[in-house]
Amino acid sequence: MGIMNKHETLERHSLALTIGILLVVAVGGLVEIAPLFYLENTIEKVEGMRPYTPLELEGRNIYIREGCYVCHSQMVRPLRDEVERYGHYSLAAESMYDHPFQWGSKRTGPDLARVGGKYSDSWHVDHLKKPQSMVPESVMPPYAFLADNKLHFDDIEAHLKTLRFEGVPYTDDMIANAKSDLMAQADPNSDYDAQDAFVARYVAAAGRDNTVRIADYDGNPDEITELDALIAYLQMTGTLVDFSTYEADDLDNRR
Amino acid sequence: MSESKKEVDVHSGVETTGHVWDGIKELNTPLPRWWLYIFYITIVWAIGYMIAMPAIPALPGLGTHNTTGVLGMSDRHTVEQKVAELHAERAAESTKLLDASLEDIETDLNLQQFAMAMGESAFGDNCATCHGAGGRGAKGYPTLADDVWLWDGTLEGIEQTIRHGIRSADDADTRFSAMPAFGRDGLLTSDQIDDLVQYVLSISGHEADAAAAARGGVTFQAQCSSCHGVDGHGTRALGAPNLTDADWLYVTEDEWRNGTAPDEIRGVITNARNSHMPAWNGRLDDATIKALAVYVHSLGGGE
Repeated sequence: MGIMNKHETLERHSLALTIGILLVVAVGGLVEIAPLFYLENTIEKVEGMRPYTPLELEGRNIYIREGCYVCHSQMVRPLRDEVERYGHYSLAAESMYDHPFQWGSKRTGPDLARVGGKYSDSWHVDHLKKPQSMVPESVMPPYAFLADNKLHFDDIEAHLKTLRFEGVPYTDDMIANAKSDLMAQADPNSDYDAQDAFVARYVAAAGRDNTVRIADYDGNPDEITELDALIAYLQMTGTLVDFSTYEADDLDNRR
Repeated sequence: MSESKKEVDVHSGVETTGHVWDGIKELNTPLPRWWLYIFYITIVWAIGYMIAMPAIPALPGLGTHNTTGVLGMSDRHTVEQKVAELHAERAAESTKLLDASLEDIETDLNLQQFAMAMGESAFGDNCATCHGAGGRGAKGYPTLADDVWLWDGTLEGIEQTIRHGIRSADDADTRFSAMPAFGRDGLLTSDQIDDLVQYVLSISGHEADAAAAARGGVTFQAQCSSCHGVDGHGTRALGAPNLTDADWLYVTEDEWRNGTAPDEIRGVITNARNSHMPAWNGRLDDATIKALAVYVHSLGGGE
């Protein structure tokens, strides 16, 4: 048992032990984390992903504030039954602008990665106000107060700037017009020039049409509420990537 | 602590570490053999696993991908295969279902069972969230378990609705109509709307103020009859509901009982509702859409 006694050398010299521990722990980081930053197949090359619009971003912040992630995951796993129920499995590219990501594994409620466009806006209004009115067996708490809360978006430029610092490709144009873009997306009857400019900005970032939607999400045209923002976010989730151009067997996309 | 001095403990026959505290010595018991060998096996297993499975990242500057492993395993590839297998299992019946007419499905018991089973499970996941379990409906979400149809109750019509939705954005073939918001957009005065409510109550067999209803009738013929029909029986092509029957999309049974129904009707005329149904083309495959149509057709009164 010669080799078994060698550990005594490390155990008797505290500096050698410290260096040894550092080396072992570093392997975990170097081998498992560092390559993700330079390997080309970490994030798939897809068409259609764009940074979130200011309204969607506000909605996402409310989603996080209300702790929706505690019960809802946003990741369709590559398993047959999940793909059959929720749609195409989630890609890393789909959460590349998420800070923080919302993957999760706790599903008290269903996965929401592809809920965008699955139901109508008015369904989301009814359901968020009183979930049991739509799904009698639901245990989800009501969020009716969101309809009464005016959305505060004075600091929206700062949110975009912070995310740009994190690596989300918001342009100067997007940051400068964040407020007008937010108001344009929440009201189909607002200034048409502002709407066109807003759509042009984000469609250009996505690289394909039909990736930006303008609507009065909460059915209350008088003001922009937190409900507007949350539904705008939910209706966008999982709809951006163009899966007709996605090659599952491409070496970059294999997992 | 005394000077290190290794000795063999006389009681257990095991070497000590040489540490002594107040006369108490520490045994240097070796790891159990069985544990040690399992540990070595896991190391060998890990090396084999790294060769067989995608594991080793290229070093910086020396490559752009990780190794794919000699087995060529890929979760994403596997799930595509599994889904393809599932579709292959259903293929024979699915193809038959796609081409089948209503009579074919009614006479072919196997095909009928296949369509109903597929339709029922797809309905539970995708449709019941709005239309309720078994299509019982809710306020603003049409009941599918009865024989009242807003747009079209034929098998083809139901399939068209599922495929392209109602007032669904980004679908050119969606069913579309738009009721104006008569109050909000100032097309009618508040008094005119009050009269209209009385008229709508009267033609659906409810108690109404006769004088107001008469005035409302004039407004109805001028503003509403082009879609809802001169007699208020509605127009299917426009999804304009029949206002003379007992089925109400935006007024619940409770609201009729507790007397708030007139307020609800007033709300619809004032703000218009124009609800949406998403287009399911693309989200669901052709066979599932057809199966759903068969299922919905069977729920209540398919035509």
